[in-house]
Parts: sequence; C-alpha cells; structure tokens
Amino acid sequence: MFLTPVVPQWPFYKLDTMFVRGLKRKCFDGEEDIEGTLAGIKAIPSYNLQRQSLLDMSLVKLQLCHMLVEPNLCRSVLIANTVRQIQEEMTQDGTWQMINTQSTGQTSLDRLVSTDILCRSSREQAEGKQVPGYSNFNKDFEDDQTQDSSETMSTASSVQAPRNLQSNVWEMENPQENRGNFQKSLDQIFETLENKSPNSVEDLFSEVDNSYYDLDTMLTGMMSNTKMGHCDGLETFSSPTTTTSNSNCKSDLNELDHIVEILVES
Amino acid sequence: MILIVSAKLGTASRDKGTAAQGGKGSFISAIPSDIISTVEFNHTGELLATGDKGGRVVIFQREPESKNEPYSQGEYNVYSTFQSHEPEFDYLKSLEIEEKINKIKWLPQQNAAHSLLSTNDKTIKLWKITERDKRPEGYNLKDEEGKLKDLSTVTSLQVPVLKPMDLMVEVTPRRIFANGHTYHVNSISVNSDCETYMSADDLRINLWHLAITDRSFNIVDIKPANMEDLTEVITASEFHPHHCNLFVYSSSKGSLRLCDMRASALCDKHSKLYEEPEDPSNRSFFSEIISSVSDVKFSHSGRYMLTRDYLTVKVWDLNMETKPVETYQVHDYLRSKLCSLYENDCIFDKFECAWNGSDSVIMTGAYNNFFRMFDRNTKRDVTLEASRESSKPRAILKPRRVCVGGKRRKDDISVDSLDFTKKILHTAWHPTENIIAIAATNNLYIFQDKVNSEMH
Repeated sequence: MFLTPVVPQWPFYKLDTMFVRGLKRKCFDGEEDIEGTLAGIKAIPSYNLQRQSLLDMSLVKLQLCHMLVEPNLCRSVLIANTVRQIQEEMTQDGTWQMINTQSTGQTSLDRLVSTDILCRSSREQAEGKQVPGYSNFNKDFEDDQTQDSSETMSTASSVQAPRNLQSNVWEMENPQENRGNFQKSLDQIFETLENKSPNSVEDLFSEVDNSYYDLDTMLTGMMSNTKMGHCDGLETFSSPTTTTSNSNCKSDLNELDHIVEILVES
Repeated sequence: MILIVSAKLGTASRDKGTAAQGGKGSFISAIPSDIISTVEFNHTGELLATGDKGGRVVIFQREPESKNEPYSQGEYNVYSTFQSHEPEFDYLKSLEIEEKINKIKWLPQQNAAHSLLSTNDKTIKLWKITERDKRPEGYNLKDEEGKLKDLSTVTSLQVPVLKPMDLMVEVTPRRIFANGHTYHVNSISVNSDCETYMSADDLRINLWHLAITDRSFNIVDIKPANMEDLTEVITASEFHPHHCNLFVYSSSKGSLRLCDMRASALCDKHSKLYEEPEDPSNRSFFSEIISSVSDVKFSHSGRYMLTRDYLTVKVWDLNMETKPVETYQVHDYLRSKLCSLYENDCIFDKFECAWNGSDSVIMTGAYNNFFRMFDRNTKRDVTLEASRESSKPRAILKPRRVCVGGKRRKDDISVDSLDFTKKILHTAWHPTENIIAIAATNNLYIFQDKVNSEMH
C-alpha cells in the first residue's frame, strides 16, 4: 500500500512545539482527556492529527528508503522505533478505539483484540496465539497471495473494501485490520531491508538458490518468501491523492511490492 | 584562542597522478562526488587525509616552516591523490555499493613509509604511501630511457649512482579486507598494539590483523535472532588509546558500551554501560532519534570519552556510567524544530566531534557551515563559520551568533535563515597544535591559532 504523503495545513513550527509539548499537555490539561467522550476528541483534534501526520510521514519515509543503494539501517531503525512509539501511544490513550466506535459497528471485543495484538511483542505473535479477528485477517491475506502486484489499486481496494471502515475522515482511513497487522508489517520492513533482491513479484515465489546466500540473507530471504505473499502492495485508502501519486510511481510498483506495505490489507 | 585562516583548499580534481601538487588557495568548482566524507590528521599532524564521496583520498602535507616566508609556515599543500575505492554492484541484492570513503585512519609510522586504512561501506583497504626522490642513473645494460643498449657500444663498466629527482609520491594498496561485513561499515579504529584494528558496521564489530586479510574475528554482534526485533544499531566505535584490550561502541539509543576483549571472545556483554536517563520534561516522539550517538572519541589521556548526539556533545568519565560529567549544547535552538528536521531528514545527520591535543577544548560541527568549540576549563564556547566569504587567507575568524528571538544584534543569524544544506559533519584537530581542519561539503578549510601554535 502506498501511503499518501500528508501535507499538514499548519506551519511547521507550530507542529514542532505541539509535538514537543504533546505529552505534557495531555498530562496536565484535564479537559483534553482523550479517554473521555467525543467532545474530548474535538477539543484537541490537532494533537491527534499531528501525531497521525507524523505517523504517516514516518511510514512514507520507511517506504521511500527503498532505493538503488541499500538504505541506511540506522535511519530505518530510528524511524521504525518512532512509528512504534506513536502506535503504542495511540493504543494506550485509546484514541484509536475511540475512532472505531464512531465509525463502525464492530463489536468492542474485536477492537480489544486488535489492540491486544499491537501491544504484544512480535515474539508473542510468532508464538501463534490465534486471535479471532487476526486469524480472519490472515486467512484473507493468503487468498490474495497470488494476486499480481502490478494490478491496479482499484482491484486491491475492491478486495479490501468490504472490510474497510466506512469513514471519510482521513485519519481514520487506517482500517482496523491494518492496525491489527501493523506490528507484523513493521517487522517486515526490516526483512525487506535485508532482502533487496527481486524486482518482480514472480521472483518472490521463485526458488531461492541458498547456496549463494550467506546465512543472513538466506534466513531473511526465507522468512520474506513465506510472509511476503500479501505484498501486492497497492491497496489504498479512499483518498483522492493516493491514486495520482501511485500512478506516478507505476514504475516503482514492482519495488513497492517488496516494501512492506505498512497498512497491510488482504 | 584566535583562529586565522591558514589556507583554503579545494579538493583536487579527478586525477590519479601521484606527483605532489601544490597550490595554496586553489579552488576547484563543486562536483557532487567531491563532497568530503572524512578528515583525519596522522599521528604527527604532518599529514592530513581527506576522503570523498567519489572514493578518492587526498593527502595534504604541512610545509616545513621557512624563514623566508614566515606567514606561510605550516601551510598544508596537496601531497598525493589516489582513487581508493570504486563503485561496485552487489549482484545478489541488486544494489550498488557506494565508493564513498566513510573513514580513514592512519597507522602509526614505523618506517619511512606512511600507511593508512580507508573504508567504504563494505571493504577496508590498507594503503602504503612512499616517497621517491632519487633514482639510479648510469646503468650498464640499459640507457636512460630503459632500452637495452647495444652491447658493442659498451666499452667500460660504471657503477650506477643515485641522483636526485623530482619528488614522487607513490601509493600502493597493500591489503584489501573484503567480505567482512554484511551491513555498512561506519567506523574503523587501529589498536594501540599496532597489529590489529577493528571495523564496525550497524550490527557487528570485527577484529582484524593488519597482515591477514582472509580472516577476521567477530567481537560484537548485536543482530537479533529475529530481525523483527531490531531496535538498536551500532553507530560508532573506537579502541582505547592506551589499553589494547578496551574499546567502546555507541548505539542509536544513546548508550555507550565499554568492552574488554580479555573477558570473552565475543564481547556481547559489556564491561560498562554508559547511559544517561532521559529527561522526562523534554520527552517527545523525537527523543530517541536525537539521543542517537553519531560519534564517540576517546580523549588523548584515555580517561574520558566524547560523544555527539543531535543537539549536544557530552564528556563521559570512564569511571562513571550513570551520566556524563559535562554536557554542552551545540544548537539547542533546533529543539523546537525537530519535526521539520525530521521531515527533511536533517535529524539523521551524523556530526563528528574532536578533542584538541591537551583535551581542554572540544569541537563539533553544526549547520550553516558553523562549527562550535567548547573550552572545558573556562566553560566558554564560540561559534565560527567556515565559508569563503568570511575567510580570507590570514583573516581572523569572527565569532558568529544565532539569535532565537529577543534582542538581535548586527550580524546575528536567525534560526529560520540557517542553511541546513550547509552542514559541517567532519572536523579534525591536529594532535598537538592548534590547527583544525573543517570539511564544509566539498571544501576543506584549515585554521590555525595565530597567537601561538603550541598547545595551551
């Protein structure tokens, strides 16, 4: 999935101070208790928007770091850690749960389940605690494994549409399932960083000749091959700008396949 | 300390000549591959090596002081230029391997030749630099051009004599240490035993013997079993200047680890962990990024370590792990701009830092071609600029100031007009004298202390 780069509508210097003081503000200003009601959200939409903007910016950076030269691992790790931080905070303050209440009719249980996934370490996830919502998601994933990556986004979105949240607010476009698989996607970024080779989807499924690889590449290559099925990567949000930016990057589609789509869909 | 411009030198153009090239104040127009990526004095300070993005190394030599031109004493001129690394292509990963020189380290001089290690992302090379200023003349069998003589013309035997010739500097690759690193090499450090050196990439540190290229020992490995768990990388490392068993490495989370190679073969367990607790009042989403250490340098005494993170330089006492003994703000006015700097990637810039010979002054670069010096004893600091406009030869550098609102003096620069494309990432200080080398994109500036060139 190719994220829309978000252009905030406020001058950056304000953005900076907001971010720096963000945590403090939440602690001290009782009115801005996000755990509260709808009114709470409306009181400080800017902090959430800014945080969301930072999140999107970070995700774009992680995707864009797939270049001709191997990306800077330190930079990628730092960006990924920032993304995790935001994700954790959004989970903790329940913002994300709040958003889902407003826009979907999904049961709270599913939502709690998804949050739980976010909070779990990847190791726990790997240990395979099957969660209803998650397993459904997984299943749909595998169905799409064979989907050609160069298919247009419209195809991808049509697949994902039934499960998409029906929401017009851009910051809520991240469907719950995407969030649920967020951690998994994030982890795949590093595998992608490790495994740079194939430029077409077909390569993903072709036999890997392990004799040429050193242990590192082989391990990550194998891991990527098993997990990368959903790398058809051009699911989109129902955002008008996404289409244009993606069509511009048609030539990069094949590369994007291997970039972990952050907001994974199936 | 008053600094004057000693010489302004552009990097030499792309040629592989080995003859010494002079030129005080020569400028070459900006070529992208000429961006200087590392600067390093040798152990005596006589030679200064620079590496650039195009894989070239240019070595400058200090002219001996001459009575005829007292003002030109100790100026640096081009001594040798050679192509150290070429771009490569990794066919397995379909990726280019940049030829950019990440680091140069000189070996202590053991004979008439000089040696240095240069590295790009993957391969370290040992270069030997020798001078030739005499050549034998008067061979019996060959003539002056080296062609075989017609033996019938040879009527008497002569002994060839060594005659002086124009100085020729020859650089030859003596060792190539390849295939040691999966990730990008960020630092190399020669051990005080002069036999081994280490090279560090994002996740591993290898120990090499200078004479053995087909084998290296892995001494640090922080790669997690599952790459999904990766949250921290190695950013810099250095051997202790006196204790050949000790080395330090820094991480992207702002911690330093001192390791003792006597403890075990794989130094994954640190002997000491230096970490400052986070200041909760300054916490933001960018806290971790700005705490990432971009450079670590032992003091000449070996007692302290200097680290550079995005906004500060810190002096650590080896004996105290809980916090640094000194912290200096390099450009705290950027703290409110972190989001913009994150967006334009400047927040990931890796600045280096340096000690002076007596460990009393520390130096680091900043934006807008500014660099900062902090006197540890007087606690005074100064901001100076490395630019053509403000640096005529023999001119005295004027201190600069960045104003952050409030009263603005003449010549102050406001934070918003700082040029973030002009960054001084690489600086070096002469080992004994007050001479500094500043790399400003593709220009090298050398400044000297006017008052006296002895250490104070």
